[in-house]
Amino acid sequence: MIGPVIGVLFDGFAYGMLLFLLSVGLSVTLGMMNFVNLAHCAFAMLGAYVTVFLMNDLKWPFLATLPFAFLAAAFVSVLLERTLYRRLYRASDLDQVLLTIGLAFVSVAVAAYIFGTVLQPVQMPPYLRGSFNVMGVNFAVYRLFLVAVALAITLILVLTLEYTRFGAQVRAAVDNQRMARGLGINVDGAFAVTFALGSGLAGLGGALAIEIVGLDPSFAFIYLVYVLIVVSVGGLGSIGGSFLAASLIGISDVAGKYYVPELGAFLIYLVMILLLMWRPAGLFGRR
Amino acid sequence: MSLTTDPVSGPYQYLKAQSRWRVLEVAFWLCTLLPYFLFPNYLVLASQIAITALFALSLDLILGYAGIVSLGHAAFFGLGAYAAGILSKHGWGEPITGLIVGGVIAALVGYASSFIISRFRHLTLIMITLGLGLLLHEAANSAHFLTGGADGLQGVKIWKIFGLYGFDLWGYTAYTYSLIVLFLGFLLARRITNSPFGLALRGIRENAVRMPAIGAPSHAHIRKIYTISAAMAGVAGALLAQTTETVALEVLSFQRSADTLVMLVLGGAGMLYGGIVGSAIFMIARDQFSGINPQYWYFWIGLLLIVVVMVLPNGVLGGLKKLFTTWRGPS
Repeated sequence: MIGPVIGVLFDGFAYGMLLFLLSVGLSVTLGMMNFVNLAHCAFAMLGAYVTVFLMNDLKWPFLATLPFAFLAAAFVSVLLERTLYRRLYRASDLDQVLLTIGLAFVSVAVAAYIFGTVLQPVQMPPYLRGSFNVMGVNFAVYRLFLVAVALAITLILVLTLEYTRFGAQVRAAVDNQRMARGLGINVDGAFAVTFALGSGLAGLGGALAIEIVGLDPSFAFIYLVYVLIVVSVGGLGSIGGSFLAASLIGISDVAGKYYVPELGAFLIYLVMILLLMWRPAGLFGRR
Repeated sequence: MSLTTDPVSGPYQYLKAQSRWRVLEVAFWLCTLLPYFLFPNYLVLASQIAITALFALSLDLILGYAGIVSLGHAAFFGLGAYAAGILSKHGWGEPITGLIVGGVIAALVGYASSFIISRFRHLTLIMITLGLGLLLHEAANSAHFLTGGADGLQGVKIWKIFGLYGFDLWGYTAYTYSLIVLFLGFLLARRITNSPFGLALRGIRENAVRMPAIGAPSHAHIRKIYTISAAMAGVAGALLAQTTETVALEVLSFQRSADTLVMLVLGGAGMLYGGIVGSAIFMIARDQFSGINPQYWYFWIGLLLIVVVMVLPNGVLGGLKKLFTTWRGPS
């Protein structure tokens, strides 16, 4: 009786960690610049396609491709930030939404052009496959790996934000951008670095997501919704909030699909709307 | 959009001057009759354009005038479509009452959700409109007994309009019917935006916090225009259900909300004709391109969006207007 419950909780938590990796970058950049970036999942998709390309065409091992998924997404995001995004920091929500939806559309079409619209097949290395059984509960090795990676990254992020000079600048910019500028902090520079890191993490998340959710060009839009839900429920600029929101949504999504499959994603959307009506700034948001 | 007027003439004269019909406007509406003579083979497409234009117009009322960025406006379009479709499936196929029922049901849901909408701005607002849209999409997908789910609603039979004009294969009736409804919707929107209420909406778009200070209740105004816009979107949806005699789940999709947003911005938000021109350009281009490579259609749409945001902040019409004023010189 208790076995399946723990199994569902574990799978949900692993899925939540995936959502966390995909969304944490967006949460921090949104908190800093209030920039509504709907192309965030396009960076995740880029990372995923880099991994697929390196593994299937160049026969690299899976783990070796992950740093490149991160770097590719970070690099492309900085290019776009410098050329397009930065001009719209003071523009209206609508302009930001339109520009980034446009970028997401282009990314979907380009992915379809290069890789086709089929689901990309990926063969995980043997040591990440299979599962083991503890007291009647199945733990998939890959999901354990995913949870470990996500927890390690959370730790690194929290330590960086709390204990480094750069982290202090980012926190200051999230709290009060004008004040931070007034104190001589290079907010634009800090933002560019944060943006690259956040997109890189999305790229890494995308690469790790292939095994769990598959990869085709619609990725940029399907997971965008989940990522936005995590960000807005968790509260902008809050790593802890994103972590909690991602775990909650991951668990309730997996549990919902397991116990009441006929409801589909209905439950998630309802929970999001109710949460936002209760706390418009998210669980941990301050504004 | 400049609101500078002669200080002597006052706001009443300004509104009166705004609501006068211009030659270009009359010419524009005469041009909508051209498809009958020039492209009689494309009347079905023309009716689709008229329906989409009505939907874009309804979005313009809340987005262009009141500044409410909605990513889930298709919810009301879909509600209207399903209301009209289900009504006719269960034995009442009279088109005019079908339109009214579609509009009323969308308006009721719009009024209910407007209490939520009016309280939020920025990302929370975008997320809530998106969430409500997705919620309804999922609900329609699950309620297979009522909506037909992913297979679409089958068995919609529409009677003749006034018992005289049946829907034909060539789209004569469909286009005439859609065009008349679009024109009526346009007249309503024009009347609203050229009223003191319309001016108050523009004030809310510019600064929602300051408007109550000069005596315009922001929340009540937003609720009003949101309900009107939902009703108009519902009528557009009902039109689509009646002219195509089927309702697909796609009417509620995020894609439809996003596409309409693109059309509106492409044409120019906040200027009534923007949505109509934008949807005509978008639909004709899609019709032409879909023969070549439908898969990459969104590449061009995405590129177009980026260009519009970067170069043409007020859309095609805004760009033309600017060109026109520079050509004429400052008056």
